[in-house]
Amino acid sequence: MSARETILGRLRRRLDGPLTPPVSDFSVMSGRGWGREERLRRFEAWITSVHGEVIHTPRADWTRVLARVLADKGIRRLALGRAHPVAAEARAALAEAGVTLVDADRPVEAWWETLFHEVEAGLTSTAGGVAETGSLWLWPTPDEPRLLSLVPPIHIAVLDAEAVEDTLFEVMERHGWAAGMPTNALLISGPSKTADIEQTLAYGVHGPRELVVLLRH
Amino acid sequence: MSVEPPGVQTFTPQAFHRQAHDALGNPQIRANFRSAMDGLMGKRREAFADWELEALRELGASVRLRALAQLPDLLERLEANCQANGIRVHWAEDGEAACRLIRELCEARGAKAVIKGKSMVTEEMHLNAHLETAGIEALESDLGEYLVQLNDQTPSHIIMPAIHLNTDEIADVMHDKTGIPRTRDVDAMTAAARAQLRERFMAADVGITGVNFAVAETGTLCLVENEGNGRMTTTVPPVHIAVTGIEKVVEQLRDVAPLYALLTRSATGQHATTYLNMISGPRQAGEQDGPEEVHLVLVDNGRSAIYQDDELLDTLRCIRCGACMNHCPVYTRVGGHSYGTTYPGPIGSILMPHLMGLEATKDLPTASSLCGACGEVCPVKIPIPALLTRLRREAVGEGRGNVPGAGSKRTRTEAAAWKAWQWLATHPGAWRGAAGVAGKLGPLTPSKLGPWSDHRVAPKPARHSLHALIKRHRSATDEEGQS
Amino acid sequence: MTPIKCYPPKPPRVYLFGTCLVDLFFPEAGLDAMRLLEREGIAVDFPEDQTCCGQPAYTSGYQDEARAVAAAQLDLFPEPWPIVVPSGSCGGMLRHHYPKLFAGTPLEAKANELAGRVFELTEFLVHVCHLELEDRGAPETVAMHTSCSARREMGLAETGPALLAQLGRVTLVEQARAAECCGFGGTFAVRHPEVSAAMVEDKSRAIEAAGAERFVTSDCGCLMNIAGRLAHRDSEVEGEHIASYLWRRVGQ
Repeated sequence: MSARETILGRLRRRLDGPLTPPVSDFSVMSGRGWGREERLRRFEAWITSVHGEVIHTPRADWTRVLARVLADKGIRRLALGRAHPVAAEARAALAEAGVTLVDADRPVEAWWETLFHEVEAGLTSTAGGVAETGSLWLWPTPDEPRLLSLVPPIHIAVLDAEAVEDTLFEVMERHGWAAGMPTNALLISGPSKTADIEQTLAYGVHGPRELVVLLRH
Repeated sequence: MSVEPPGVQTFTPQAFHRQAHDALGNPQIRANFRSAMDGLMGKRREAFADWELEALRELGASVRLRALAQLPDLLERLEANCQANGIRVHWAEDGEAACRLIRELCEARGAKAVIKGKSMVTEEMHLNAHLETAGIEALESDLGEYLVQLNDQTPSHIIMPAIHLNTDEIADVMHDKTGIPRTRDVDAMTAAARAQLRERFMAADVGITGVNFAVAETGTLCLVENEGNGRMTTTVPPVHIAVTGIEKVVEQLRDVAPLYALLTRSATGQHATTYLNMISGPRQAGEQDGPEEVHLVLVDNGRSAIYQDDELLDTLRCIRCGACMNHCPVYTRVGGHSYGTTYPGPIGSILMPHLMGLEATKDLPTASSLCGACGEVCPVKIPIPALLTRLRREAVGEGRGNVPGAGSKRTRTEAAAWKAWQWLATHPGAWRGAAGVAGKLGPLTPSKLGPWSDHRVAPKPARHSLHALIKRHRSATDEEGQS
Repeated sequence: MTPIKCYPPKPPRVYLFGTCLVDLFFPEAGLDAMRLLEREGIAVDFPEDQTCCGQPAYTSGYQDEARAVAAAQLDLFPEPWPIVVPSGSCGGMLRHHYPKLFAGTPLEAKANELAGRVFELTEFLVHVCHLELEDRGAPETVAMHTSCSARREMGLAETGPALLAQLGRVTLVEQARAAECCGFGGTFAVRHPEVSAAMVEDKSRAIEAAGAERFVTSDCGCLMNIAGRLAHRDSEVEGEHIASYLWRRVGQ
């Protein structure tokens, strides 16, 4: 008999007999009743409490703000996608900004060394935000692959204010996650961190040491 | 203050008393754990609002019970949905079979270097040592696990593996084992580890991780982490092998939301970890990164035996947050290594007897004052004190006899002593007589009472028992009434 | 499951379950508990044949022996009067563990019925008697140690401090990590004496550091443990059962 059959057999022939599944009351996971301002206030408070940086910008002006952030942080090599409007607008705006734009929409094997050793920041869009936990949610795509938000020392994420919702549970339900999960779905709350050395927080242990959220209104 | 030089240390549950004795006598260990546990308790307390805590725990418990109630069906659903997603699913009856299976997966790829994300179940089966014998190097990438591995140790906490080491000790490890200039600067040490491990991610043939929740409905593997090493391990190497105990399955994707909220807040008081990484398949055509192969290894290793019993079943609700150890006054004082088991603290004391047998672990279920702090904070409401009591019964042969090593702790002397106590306590006349005698002997009773009086004054039986005092009180009040 | 506790109006009569530790080592505490209840106009019935609730054997795994002893107690409280216990630990045994101990046995219904009318002393004084105290003692700084059973099993973290707060000349201080176990744990102190000793050392130091001249508790196990530790190192801080302390300050 295979291990599979043995294990399932043992579970099925349970000594104390079949169990009755209880019903779960999920009401605590939703119904926060926050207005737009409260929602954004909470999002910002939580994500900054875990070392994320939030920069507000009018929607029309966001690429100018991006250019300023890059200049302020001395970022000269930025990896980004191409097809997503966020990437497209950024590319157009940064063409003359003296920043080297590195294409992320290609097999990672083609640019390992550049990605791991040369790129100073990765720019991504986001699918939305979660106010209760100060989180971003991302479904990486061929245009903006998984490592773009992980490997470069700085992650710049573009988020629209109206895409911030109250709780993770509501995001999952409203956007029908269960009906079709992507290869990789991510919730990101702040930059990479560790407290493994005597409870002292240190950032950027494996992933980015900085997370900058450009919050577009 | 001098600290023992680090070296290869072996801890076993059989030596709990000696190991606890050593830890209690080590001021460094005592201080490291006390301050860490105080911090973690404080953070957890602040992380939950009063209005939500009980509702959330109730929901978490129901999610886990609902999954366990349908466990075989959900495992089949998980398998089918994973396979539909391109994840290959394997089953292992015990740790040895799982090790063999994983080794064969590595060998099939000609793998020489494995990078690991944090996984307690692979600690449980000593996977690294097994791979090493096959000439495959397995390197831990979670910073705490990395430090512990460099120091030839095992984790002392399931969430904070290196919590037993302080900054100075870690500075020594980093200097001695990786050759960096000696520094106490945490950022500098972290940056050094980042650089060392980045090369290893790129060079690794296989990435191995645990799983926090496996979703049957969608065939999704959820990994909860702060560092990003889990994302690296599951994205950079060409093969990802996820290893999990069979109990980690949940029915629906929505079930992840409450469990994630409970896990992060109970473990470290975080509202969310930096990453919740949800994987539903290998790299698809057209995608730019991610592994070509994803495997899921479902490990039983004693769990299906626990599953048989309605009371013991609750052990399998655990989501491995570590809150029970953070709040345990015994764990806080003796530290994780004293237990000599993969999982230390209260959860270890109710789980390890099933994995290692009650004979080897006989001192663990009793290593609790039954103060109830563990059960009070458990995010999925595992009645840990009741389970400790149940295992004590099993150990002395007065349970159902369905735990390995049941009855192995029963001694004739102790059983006879309890029988004598039973006789006395069911013969009230004799009880009162004995109390009277004890009272008369009070001043003569020994002032040394074994280990009790090494640290405390021995209690003396009162001259008159409550029975006697009440009799006297009654006759006094009766006289008052008559006069 | 034990029924949800609804507090009855103050009854004319109660039972006192004294507990074995009180009986043998701290009988005055039992007597003072009785005096406090009588002061409220409640007649106290002390069934003479009571011995021990069975908890030491129960928590040691000797369930059959515990059940035999518990069964002997079940017969001693035939009237529907509340049963008052000057201990959270023994109270918890009667209230929460008897139903489990007798589940599936012919005594199940009896155990459940009894469990439903068990009250810990401070709980009964606060929630049923609505006790009002007038302090006649000298000014004193006191710490309260609530036992883990009272705090977690019985949900009574507040009742002891609430009674002490009524004492006008008592300054109640809280020791650091007040909710942490003192390390007694019944047979735990015997099986793991060193760990237990480390716990009681921390507890006794915390009580001293809080500036208390005295500590009170509603459980004699904790009392024996903490006071025994303090006396062992000749501390000036003394311990006392809360029943005796209250009676001493208001009763005579």
